[in-house]
Amino acid sequence: MDLRAIETPPGEDERAAVDSVLGPAPAHEPPLSARVTDERRTQLLPTLLALQAQVGWVSERGLGYACRRLGVPPAEGFGVASFYGLLSLEQRPAAFAHVCDDLACKAAGAERLCAEVTTRLGEKSWARSPCLGLCEQAPAALVTVAGQRPLEQAFGHATTDKIAAALSATPVAAQTPHFGGTGPRRLLARVGVVDPSSLDDYRAHGGYAALREALVRGTEGVLQEITLAKLVGRGGAAFPTGRKWEAVARAPARPHYVVCNADESEPGTFKDRVLIEHDPFGLVEAMTIAGFATGAERGVIYLRGEYPLAFARLSHAIAVARKHGLLGADIMGRGFTFELEVRRGAGAYICGEETALFNSIEGYRGEPRNKPPFPVHSGLFGKPTAINNVETLVAVLDIVRDGAAAYGSVGTSGSPGTKLFCVSGKVEKPGVYELPFGARVDELIALAGGVPGGKKLRAVLLGGAAGHFIGPERLHVQLSFEHTRAAGLSLGSGVVMVFDETDELGPLLQRIAAFFRDESCGQCVPCRVGTVRQEELVARLVAQRPLGSVQTELTLLNELAQSMRDASICGLGQTASSAIESALALTPFGGAS
Amino acid sequence: MTRRTVQLTIDGKQASVPEDATLLDACTSLGIETPTLCWAENLTPVNVCRICVVEVEGARVLVPSCSRKVEAGMVVHTDSPRVRTSRKLVLELLGSSVDMSLSPIFLEYSKRYGADPARFGPKAPKAKAGERDAAVPGHHHAPDGTHAATVAQPVKRDNDLFLRDYEKCMLCMKCVQACGTDAQNTFAIAVSGRGFEARISTEHDTALPDSACVFCGNCIGVCPTGALMFNVEHDLRAAKKWDESKQTVTDTVCSYCGVGCTLSLRVQDNQIVRVTSPSDNSVTAGNLCVKGRFGWGFVKGDE
Ligand SMILES: Cc1cc2nc3c(=O)[nH]c(=O)nc-3n(C[C@H](O)[C@H](O)[C@H](O)COP(=O)(O)O)c2cc1C
Ligand code: SF4
Ligand code: SF4
Ligand code: SF4
Ligand code: FES
Ligand code: FES
Repeated sequence: MDLRAIETPPGEDERAAVDSVLGPAPAHEPPLSARVTDERRTQLLPTLLALQAQVGWVSERGLGYACRRLGVPPAEGFGVASFYGLLSLEQRPAAFAHVCDDLACKAAGAERLCAEVTTRLGEKSWARSPCLGLCEQAPAALVTVAGQRPLEQAFGHATTDKIAAALSATPVAAQTPHFGGTGPRRLLARVGVVDPSSLDDYRAHGGYAALREALVRGTEGVLQEITLAKLVGRGGAAFPTGRKWEAVARAPARPHYVVCNADESEPGTFKDRVLIEHDPFGLVEAMTIAGFATGAERGVIYLRGEYPLAFARLSHAIAVARKHGLLGADIMGRGFTFELEVRRGAGAYICGEETALFNSIEGYRGEPRNKPPFPVHSGLFGKPTAINNVETLVAVLDIVRDGAAAYGSVGTSGSPGTKLFCVSGKVEKPGVYELPFGARVDELIALAGGVPGGKKLRAVLLGGAAGHFIGPERLHVQLSFEHTRAAGLSLGSGVVMVFDETDELGPLLQRIAAFFRDESCGQCVPCRVGTVRQEELVARLVAQRPLGSVQTELTLLNELAQSMRDASICGLGQTASSAIESALALTPFGGAS
Repeated sequence: MTRRTVQLTIDGKQASVPEDATLLDACTSLGIETPTLCWAENLTPVNVCRICVVEVEGARVLVPSCSRKVEAGMVVHTDSPRVRTSRKLVLELLGSSVDMSLSPIFLEYSKRYGADPARFGPKAPKAKAGERDAAVPGHHHAPDGTHAATVAQPVKRDNDLFLRDYEKCMLCMKCVQACGTDAQNTFAIAVSGRGFEARISTEHDTALPDSACVFCGNCIGVCPTGALMFNVEHDLRAAKKWDESKQTVTDTVCSYCGVGCTLSLRVQDNQIVRVTSPSDNSVTAGNLCVKGRFGWGFVKGDE
């Protein structure tokens, strides 16, 4: 292989940042004679993130040095670096703010905040961001200050003053999110109750009882209980978890992997963040059980890059668990080995798609793979992999500890158990709510205090940007997999975003269309170009300037949506039109009916 | 190990193909002509253009025939309304954003499926040099919808041998594959950026002579749209002097070294205007080195 890496030596800060991940460079670097093994390449994204965090951007010489150390062709390294929103290939101020202008924040006045930040802090110090996963505290911001000891702060109820303080490295107080619900508290049992940094406290509240029970039940017993509990994935695709785990457990190829999808980037979703921030040991324990049940000795948690607090608490929990023999070799003296690490994303919604997530971990561009083969046969590093959402994994704890029957004592027959809902927008008490499956949308909204100020509800976005808008006449829909499916809707990631009569749907639809255009990975034609054409079309409809008649526009959108749904590689393109189409059915634009 | 045979039904006809065949192979075995754009015989399928999609009964979405393996008992439709709509839209989306004028096969497919790219409005003006390369993932100017965004931009000409006219790039990835694992193992070019701003580039958009490029020209050999082109050909076309009726193609064996690569020399007015190698050639599989591909220019002493 010819490898003419960028030759310019790195600056001291750049060398330090790269070496902080890879260790000091050996005196004699091995020749780059073969295509580099995945082992080294998997360090590419962590290295780029270290450059960003410590130097403040990814320069040519920094990227060149990282590529040289890792044996990655520079063109490919550049291809990876230019894929992620949180990596800057241009120099910018060391202190930098990302201000959310996505749906919930827009409804909470994000545009005003953006304008004020520009006036007071200058336009070079900040950029707009898609949903930061803090919608219950909208408007939100993420502020990073680069340096040897980088400071990252994500916070809600953002004001220009708070952003200015964070930019000058002043700590901004973190807010405790609101949580509530009806029925038994399972997923939220320890949230807001335990000290998230204390293993003792976790144990005092029933922590590690599930793992002990799993070791008693044995692999087969755990698989059977998960299947009996009819647990299905909470990440959006609603796939039966028992079937997934069994397929991995029985796969002849070795090694097996378990991966936790904590990329949570669906606009309006923040439940996984709340779980990890307030009950990090719960996820560590659940991952250990997943490893035990599927025969995996290594687990990876892929955490959204915009979640610094969750990263700190999770890393701490993993370190403590390892120190106490709850991770590593011979866990609980039962001869079972399990290693767990956290990988951070770098600003790409598409990396929540399971196969894109694998590529991202492996050091490639976060582009989804064609399926089949499915992850249970060929996942991370091409090996059998069980990948699950955070909430799915945490639900496993109760099932294993108390059994499937107890788990199914609430919920519906098709969807046993409880579910977390991310309620945001125009309600009195936005937050994470745990309800038994089958509760109605209007019950949930009432629980969250209803629409403030006696205003009328205009629409609810159910399931996220990849979900659907429903009008006030459909709030009796029951929140379960089977009920939403029958109604032509989907639970998605549990988003319930409420808009009142003062919220214009037009700008919201434009934001959704822009989101999909921005987040398309760009691989396949239907989505790469289709999301662009969709955004143009929505702009014309909202401005009441159709090409031809409104009817020709709607026909065009219909065909566009159909081909994106049918011919795109992954779920992003396949669902990119659903919220927009549902909103157009709700509200006429440009005189359409 | 003997390969088993698999039976499946395509458009009501029985197909019988080896178990490792793709749906495309199976269609071909029945004489059903399936459009392809990003697929090539000698490259690993990337299945990104989606023109080859077919409908498999029981599947939620359409499947790319170029890469999906056959399964016993599959019932496949290659000309259903769903298939026709998706194929038409793929053609319209490409046609409205990329200059596909030098791809005869694209124009033929467009006619077959009744594609009308103009449905999306007039094309937006060309980007300035470097503008698309400076795009930041996750950010773009909000459109007003009056024009259809395109990838149009000035030609990149940074050496004497070939140029890159990315206004014509449909991102089929063939050049990246040819430069990388599928042939050349140089990795001088890769996909960078994201979404509609995804593009083929060297690191930091460095000029080719400053990159790892060894000027083997294998990327030119696989490019289906004319985005990668010999400078000579580009200049002749620009001067409106490119005339295929005056061209001849002669095969010869390259004399630079002892490997024995077959060269196909395309000649117009006594001037070599393009050098390729047959993709089914057992020695080259379509690939050459800088000497075979470009050596003639210097040998003949013409510019
Ligand atoms: C564009 C896209 C984004 C996704 N983002 C997430 C995500 O952030 N978190 C998640 O758990 N699943 C996400 N998914 C679903 C995953 O692909 C996968 O189905 C899920 O992680 C499986 O876990 P589960 O079975 O526990 O739900 C996404 C899917 C798509 C198509
Ligand atoms: S559908 Fe969109 S995000 Fe998914 S692979 Fe295709 S271009 Fe990428
Ligand atoms: S000429 Fe050869 S080395 Fe250069 S980009 Fe093309 S394939 Fe790669
Ligand atoms: S330059 Fe040509 S070969 Fe390369 S991706 Fe574009 S169209 Fe395909
Ligand atoms: S944090 Fe702004 S919309 Fe979610
Ligand atoms: S030819 Fe099959 S996807 Fe391009």
